[in-house]
Amino acid sequence: MKILVCISNVPDTTTKITFTNDNTEFNTSGVQYIVNPYDEIALSRAIELTEGGKGTVTVINVGEAANDPTIRKALAIGADDAVRVNAAPRDAYFVAKQIAEYAKDKDFDIILTGRESIDYNGNQVAAMVGEFLDIPSVSIIKKLTFEGDTATIEREIEGGKEVLTVSGKFVASCAEGVAEPKIPNMRGIMSARTKPLTVVDAVAIEEVSKVTKYETPAPRGTVKLIPADQTEQLISLLHSEAKVI
Amino acid sequence: MSVLVYVEQAEGKFKKSVFEAVSYAKAIADQQSTQLTAISIGDVAESELKELGKYGASKVLNVSADQLKTFVNQAYASVIAAAAEKEGADIVVLSNSFSGKGLAPRIAVKLKAGLADGAVELPSNDGKFAVKKTAFSGKAFAITELTSANKVIALNPNAFGVKENATDAVIETFAADIKQSDLGTLIKDIVRATDKVSLPDAELVVSAGRGLKGPENWGMIEELAALLGAATACSKPVSDADWRPHSEHVGQTGIAISPNLYIAIGISGAIQHLAGVSSSKVIVVINKDPEAPFFKVADYGIVGDAFEVVPKLIEALKAHKG
Repeated sequence: MKILVCISNVPDTTTKITFTNDNTEFNTSGVQYIVNPYDEIALSRAIELTEGGKGTVTVINVGEAANDPTIRKALAIGADDAVRVNAAPRDAYFVAKQIAEYAKDKDFDIILTGRESIDYNGNQVAAMVGEFLDIPSVSIIKKLTFEGDTATIEREIEGGKEVLTVSGKFVASCAEGVAEPKIPNMRGIMSARTKPLTVVDAVAIEEVSKVTKYETPAPRGTVKLIPADQTEQLISLLHSEAKVI
Repeated sequence: MSVLVYVEQAEGKFKKSVFEAVSYAKAIADQQSTQLTAISIGDVAESELKELGKYGASKVLNVSADQLKTFVNQAYASVIAAAAEKEGADIVVLSNSFSGKGLAPRIAVKLKAGLADGAVELPSNDGKFAVKKTAFSGKAFAITELTSANKVIALNPNAFGVKENATDAVIETFAADIKQSDLGTLIKDIVRATDKVSLPDAELVVSAGRGLKGPENWGMIEELAALLGAATACSKPVSDADWRPHSEHVGQTGIAISPNLYIAIGISGAIQHLAGVSSSKVIVVINKDPEAPFFKVADYGIVGDAFEVVPKLIEALKAHKG
């Protein structure tokens, strides 16, 4: 099986998010970057599915050279090779087009992404790649198994799950449950340095969206503390002051 | 020019989040001085379709084909995009639900449209069509301008509210042209916990963390949630330890929610957890540690042991409900 895993370079989950230049740009100063945690789940499942000579895993990232350490981390986790489309990622539409262009003549059996990136929270790339390639896409999956070339997938729905099958090529975005994220071992880290990382040029595509400004949530007022033995006071405040119950 | 809203049905019924999407789409149609059309796919009774008029849809396209009785992402996206083209709709609105998240990107590519998903407000009405959407897992918002001629918006649940706008909806059958190649996925089973409130679009949420000490202690959390009609949720360490299912994990790497009320019990409030819940309208924190960071973002707090406070809260709630 030949698998392509799309990875995003995102700020570490502990990052305090701030903006510069009149709130038009994300403040990257002092920010540590990581492989998007959901993409790690997708990558880990791809590695499990191909372990023992059953296939290969290629990771692809759309970004500039500064992303290379993150891509090497994915190689250390266990991807066989990597591709970087050399361009600043404008939006999901742009990123998905680049991935689809790269993948269209490479004969990947499946393409996996994380359910969303933790920076723009899009969950757009997987389904867009599916549409550009005109193959099925399944969003926010919790389980992925194969019997021959038929995949059985569990997908999250409101208040439950849906079980579906798909034969042939498809794209899926992975959530928790698909695999336990793998942690790179020393051998992986050493071998990642010499695994192939190919840089390809981006293709042109029309602009469809742009972020013009960022806002941070309005700070909340000071907490109103209620004595532990007066829970009825909390109920009454939630009822008559906050009006939520 | 018109606005098209996709109304997702579950077992022939529309949920509150659908009426919310219709209300939101109607407000956009008003901004653009145009009409709102809704599109429903699957078996829905005419009386239920008529309900959409209550929130401002003047026309409802009803698609019921045998192959589309259950959700097929690719085929549904094709039908919605085809309807947008036929109706001359340049703006398509969906709920940012699990299915909406799978549909919106495909529709956007078909229509060469910019997509704002996780929208929390109406687009700006200054010719720029800038949409405020969640970003950085609830730590910020990105004002995203859709610069393409066609536009797709996926609205977050509980962000806009349901607004009545009585219109007499005309129901039309929409004959969809279904390509065999769009039917690559086949549903085998749908499992819904019917006795529980679904977390992503819940208005009230009761959530608990490691402070509960073990899965055997969740009885009181479920009792409190059931009394409130709330969904249950948990923190990451709890789902990692398999005390609760992953589907209940809220936070930066779980799901982001924005209920009207979020009650956090025995959760300290790590930055990753706060990211997923900070857009809740009212936050109540119950924690025995007065220094827990969660108190800094809470509206109401009780410093105390969950095992003492929660049973008392249940009693007080029972008394309140009479």
